[in-house]
Amino acid sequence: MTQFISLFQAAVFFGTVIMFGAMGEILTERSGNLNLGVPGIMYLGGIASLASVFFYENMTEAPIPALCVLIALLSAFLASALGGLIYSFLTITLRANQNVTGLTLTIFGSGVANFFGGSLNKLAGGVGQISVATTSAAFRTTLPFANSTGAFGSLFLSYGFMVYLAIILAILMNFFLTKTRAGLSLNAVGENPATADAAGINVTRNKYLATCIGAGISGMGGVYYVMDYIKGTWANDGSIESLGWLAVALVIFTTWKPLRSIWGSYLFGILFWLYYYIGGLTRSTQEIFKMTPYIVTILVLIIISLRKRRENQGPAALGATYFREER
Amino acid sequence: MQNNNKTVHSGHEPLIRIVKRDAIPVWKTICIYALAIVLALVVCGFLIYAIVGLNPIRVYISMAKGAFGSEKRIWVTLRDTMMLLCIGIGLAPAFKMRFWNIGAEGQILAGGLASAACMLYLSKGMPNGLMLVIMFVLSALAGALWGLLPALFKARWNTNETLFTLMMNYVAIQLTSFFVAKWEHPFGSNSVGIINQSTKIGWFPQILGQNYLLNVILVLTLAALMYCYLKYSKQGYEISVVGESQNTARYAGIRVGEVFIRTMLLSGAICGVAGFLAVAGASHTISVDTAGGQGFTAIIVAWLSKFNTGIMILVSMLLVFLDKGALEIASAYNLNSFASQMITGIILFFILGCEFFIRYRIIFRGTHKEG
Repeated sequence: MTQFISLFQAAVFFGTVIMFGAMGEILTERSGNLNLGVPGIMYLGGIASLASVFFYENMTEAPIPALCVLIALLSAFLASALGGLIYSFLTITLRANQNVTGLTLTIFGSGVANFFGGSLNKLAGGVGQISVATTSAAFRTTLPFANSTGAFGSLFLSYGFMVYLAIILAILMNFFLTKTRAGLSLNAVGENPATADAAGINVTRNKYLATCIGAGISGMGGVYYVMDYIKGTWANDGSIESLGWLAVALVIFTTWKPLRSIWGSYLFGILFWLYYYIGGLTRSTQEIFKMTPYIVTILVLIIISLRKRRENQGPAALGATYFREER
Repeated sequence: MQNNNKTVHSGHEPLIRIVKRDAIPVWKTICIYALAIVLALVVCGFLIYAIVGLNPIRVYISMAKGAFGSEKRIWVTLRDTMMLLCIGIGLAPAFKMRFWNIGAEGQILAGGLASAACMLYLSKGMPNGLMLVIMFVLSALAGALWGLLPALFKARWNTNETLFTLMMNYVAIQLTSFFVAKWEHPFGSNSVGIINQSTKIGWFPQILGQNYLLNVILVLTLAALMYCYLKYSKQGYEISVVGESQNTARYAGIRVGEVFIRTMLLSGAICGVAGFLAVAGASHTISVDTAGGQGFTAIIVAWLSKFNTGIMILVSMLLVFLDKGALEIASAYNLNSFASQMITGIILFFILGCEFFIRYRIIFRGTHKEG
């Protein structure tokens, strides 16, 4: 039982990072933009939150936890949305290729983040190991009764607020995409921009908004990773990048539905950490085991293409640039 | 009445209109690209100044020193350019038929693994020349296999290849970590170490006293062959028809699925050869960083050069120059070497953006001629 609880907890920690990334990307892809810059955006979000809070904590004697959290979230959202804005401007206004622009954004984001992450200490005048203890503690504050309610508390109450925020966001986004007029318009843009345009929907505005807000949400994955998963430090080890690609994979796994990202992300987490809980694996066979999330995604991809059910397909105009005068 | 009509008309005319260009003279294209790169360098200069307060011009000079400062550095720059170029050559045919092979990273690793395996298991009593040929062939096969899988599913069931190839990268990375743990030497180091350090079996031989001349010869030959293949062969023509429109290709009697599979075998094989170059011609070891993100960078190389292998040489040179230069700044000014990725990103954004002005014309209100 304790083994299961610890696996479940590890899965939730891991899953929440990619869940934010995937939800942002779902919103973006619903508008027809395939943004392969998710890893870069998550990097931007992570470093923006770390840097801003780092300077705030160094400036004041007694940093206020609530303000720390607010600064972290706000700066991360802005930085990531800015990344989304670069992508939008290039692909929507300047009609550059989406795949290439997204990959460039990933290179750029990981460069910016690792550059500042590695030199933050030096830029601040050499204060030793970067650590934002107050903020990280605020992010990791669990719900009340987490320790006093036994297994139930450990399974469901023992996480920082962003875990619950992710779930709430998934539910809200599902409502937005399936029940509201704006959400349905967005779907129309992703399915067939020319038709949407003819119906009086502003294609450009929808694409811009979805991509920038989507990027902002993806960036939250970076914040959660930096503040909670690695406890308010920085590591130049490229792990955000591989998590970002997993987030892209999760979008396919969920077949572009936000609600499925809740259990999908935790399932990815379980698949990723399972090797740790299976006895008798050597160091080399563990590595084979870590393939499972990727292989599962490939299988899902194949099954989707085999069954060809309409509701499981991605947006029809995904990856295509829209130019009104081109037919 | 007529007057009224006219005012309504001009009131509805937008401030800016965008029109597709028919053709653009080559010198104009070059000017637009040059302007974009200069603008990008200026932006980077401001950024460098804002962050670290260094004179950007001096920074750029020391970048040039880092890339071309000594004979040894020139050769290393050349070697890395060839590596990037080789991957770009591999990706060009796939991208030309609009098959988004994002999986070069994995294909390189597959090729690299095959090379390393040969060096570890076959090197007893094998002459170096034969060994290199075997490694070349097996690496190409391994890369081709890695590219074949997504192509088969794309051809048969139209499975999304962008995401399939992307996932194959991580399968390859995990496979590499598996073998690194298995071949680990010395024990506990979590790396394979330099293979065949004493016998140098499976290492590229020196030509004219240069370690990396063989890399240059091999890749430039491949570049020339690929140029001819895409431009003059029937198969190359089929690739460009499929890339323009799959329906047109079907109508013309081209079996699109077959073209997908054939081209991805070729594309994967050349990326596998890039893995062979990385292992036998450069590092003489294998790790999960053997591809090191170059599979992604090469996508941009192939795309920006419009699949023309000649232009590809220039673009790869520019990117490797930036990388080497940034490494030099990093060590000279005690900064972090990731600055190179940042600068590369900014320059690429500008180049991607400037292509708009090559493909389209902007007309402001009232400036166009009537009729």
